[in-house]
Amino acid sequence: MKQQRMKWFALVAALGAVMMLGACHKKAAPPPPPPPPPPPSPTASMSVSPDTIQPGQSATLSWQTTNATDVSIDGIGAVQANGTQQVSPAGSTTYHLTAKGSGGTQEATARITVTQAPPPPPPTPSPSDEDLFSQNVKDVYFDYDKSDVRGDQQAVLQADAQFLSQHSNVNIVIEGHCDSRGSTEYNLALGDQRASSVKNALTTMGISASRIKTISYGKEKPFCSEENEACWQQNRRGHFVYQK
Amino acid sequence: MARNSYRDTILSFIGRFPQSRMDQDLRPLVSHCLRRTFFLLAFGSAILVSSALAQDWIKTGTGLGVEKVRLAVPDFKVSGSDPQAGNLLRTFNDTLWNDLDNSGVVELVSKSFYPLQVPGQTSEVNFLAWSAPPPSAAMLAFGNLAVASGKVTLQGWLYDVKNTANPQVLGKQYTDVATDDATRLIAHKFADEIIYRLGGGIPGIAESKIYFVSDRTGHKEIWVMDYDGSNQRQVTHLGSISLSPRVSPDGSRLAFSSLTKSGWEIMMYSLDLNRMVGFARFGGTNLSPAWSADGSKIAFSSSRGGSPQIYVSDSSGGNMQRMTSNKGPDVSPVWNRKTGAQIAYVSGQTGLPQIYTMEADGTNQQRMTDQGYAVSPAWAPNGQFLSLAWVRKYGPGEPGSSDIYLMDIASKQWVQLTHDGGRNDFPSWSPDNRHIVFQSSRTGKEEIWMMLADGTKTRQLTFTGRNTQPNWTFK
Repeated sequence: MKQQRMKWFALVAALGAVMMLGACHKKAAPPPPPPPPPPPSPTASMSVSPDTIQPGQSATLSWQTTNATDVSIDGIGAVQANGTQQVSPAGSTTYHLTAKGSGGTQEATARITVTQAPPPPPPTPSPSDEDLFSQNVKDVYFDYDKSDVRGDQQAVLQADAQFLSQHSNVNIVIEGHCDSRGSTEYNLALGDQRASSVKNALTTMGISASRIKTISYGKEKPFCSEENEACWQQNRRGHFVYQK
Repeated sequence: MARNSYRDTILSFIGRFPQSRMDQDLRPLVSHCLRRTFFLLAFGSAILVSSALAQDWIKTGTGLGVEKVRLAVPDFKVSGSDPQAGNLLRTFNDTLWNDLDNSGVVELVSKSFYPLQVPGQTSEVNFLAWSAPPPSAAMLAFGNLAVASGKVTLQGWLYDVKNTANPQVLGKQYTDVATDDATRLIAHKFADEIIYRLGGGIPGIAESKIYFVSDRTGHKEIWVMDYDGSNQRQVTHLGSISLSPRVSPDGSRLAFSSLTKSGWEIMMYSLDLNRMVGFARFGGTNLSPAWSADGSKIAFSSSRGGSPQIYVSDSSGGNMQRMTSNKGPDVSPVWNRKTGAQIAYVSGQTGLPQIYTMEADGTNQQRMTDQGYAVSPAWAPNGQFLSLAWVRKYGPGEPGSSDIYLMDIASKQWVQLTHDGGRNDFPSWSPDNRHIVFQSSRTGKEEIWMMLADGTKTRQLTFTGRNTQPNWTFK
């Protein structure tokens, strides 16, 4: 009980002290009256964007001034207090701006660099035939020990044929591949039949046989080497290769 | 007639006879009479039923009547004091022992039975010590090796130790430069002399060689080694993919197929000139050359006319003639080495590849295998057997391994020779008709192995890189 009362007393005392201090602050002396303003001196800034160009290109020069009555840029002449102007210098140039007013003179500069020997313009990134080929021409997959094009691969072949008929300058090699289970010699013969089978299908769809070469790799150049059906299927294919 | 000759031949020819389990669909292949003979001889009829049902395969003892000569071969001795002699002697002793052991025509008496005193000269032979138990040897090979002024000289004898009056069957002396290779060759020659005399006139194979494909340089090139796996060296340096080496009957040329800029072509290498020589280029995919028995023709597979078919040309590629015309693919032809009148080959005309035979002019095409996946026919030197690689039970749920089989051509009866897992392929016969070399992945990596033609005495020959498609020389 006694302690609580002491707390209250301390709180009230503290509050009082704060109020006293605040009252003292208010009684500080007022500032002296401001001196009469001098005539304002001019300001000026100038920039050029972009600050690097190639010959023949142009850049924008922009400037701002205040408190100036007479603004001029060397080589350009008198200009408005604020403004922009297109410039197209033949060589690197430092523009020099002078702003005069009753308060004095202010200068600003901006430099533009003109690069010589311009780099050749970057090739327009239109995709090459080879890129389009790898994006559009899909391999044809085969069943075990089979060289006839199975039903679900017909659509793939038709899309391939469509691409080839639209890009008549593209020649191709069809590689016949086989999975690892068969015997080396038989697989090479089977791979030959797979490649021929794809070629024949394409020629039936109107692609000239003279654009198509075939080669068998049997199981000599597998795409993967695991011993499971997923990998075997990867390796039973007619693989299209773009020929330059 | 055919069955009788098959049985007689195979029983005398092959000492131990592995017989596949005969399930229902295979029964017609093996005559009832033949089966009964096997099993009566081996086990008696009571065991027939249970063993046929319970085991995948068994080895019977029907060849036990053909007793092999018991031959003792104590280490040869060094005569003289040249320090090099010890190493050469070790090479000689190891090579001779292996050759005789590999031959399959003799039973080598274990060295632990030998008497303490072994002979190095004819005067040192104690006949009774060798002919009586424990060695109980019928024959004794012995001799000595000396090195002097860069030359190695070997004296060797073969003695019939039970014929004390006139024991000498063979006495030979060889001299050559004192190198390991020359010493190994001397051992091969001496072994062949012994095998020729004890094997009923069969020429030995110790000097024969095996061509094969190895990828140990990073490219598949053609290599060659001695028949026992020693002395391996590279033949081709094409930096491409070279496959299917086939040496000519006279050993002067090597045909193979190689990937060229224009595709797979048949290539020809002169083993006399040690360089490539010309062979016609055909275009298309050209594979798996094979020599006719007289070395004048090559059979091979070519897709120049569409699907891969069998063609025959002369040995420079001229006069090309088409032998088969089906939907293919046809590949891996091999000539009957004895008659030259027939060609066996692989065709996928009905689906999975099967073995066929035809006359050398392309007529009379006959299917030899009844099911599964059958490839890589190899005609035995005696003209009677084909060896082949066969996955007999192929299909979904049948993992099936590719094993080496032996088939009698006249009857189409077969026996399975390999049983040890892995993919076994590309069998090739030794000149003596008693051995088969083949490739196997049983260790997890394709390597070259050899065995006796009854499937016993299997032995690995290569260990470096992947080694495939062995082809044994004709001599």
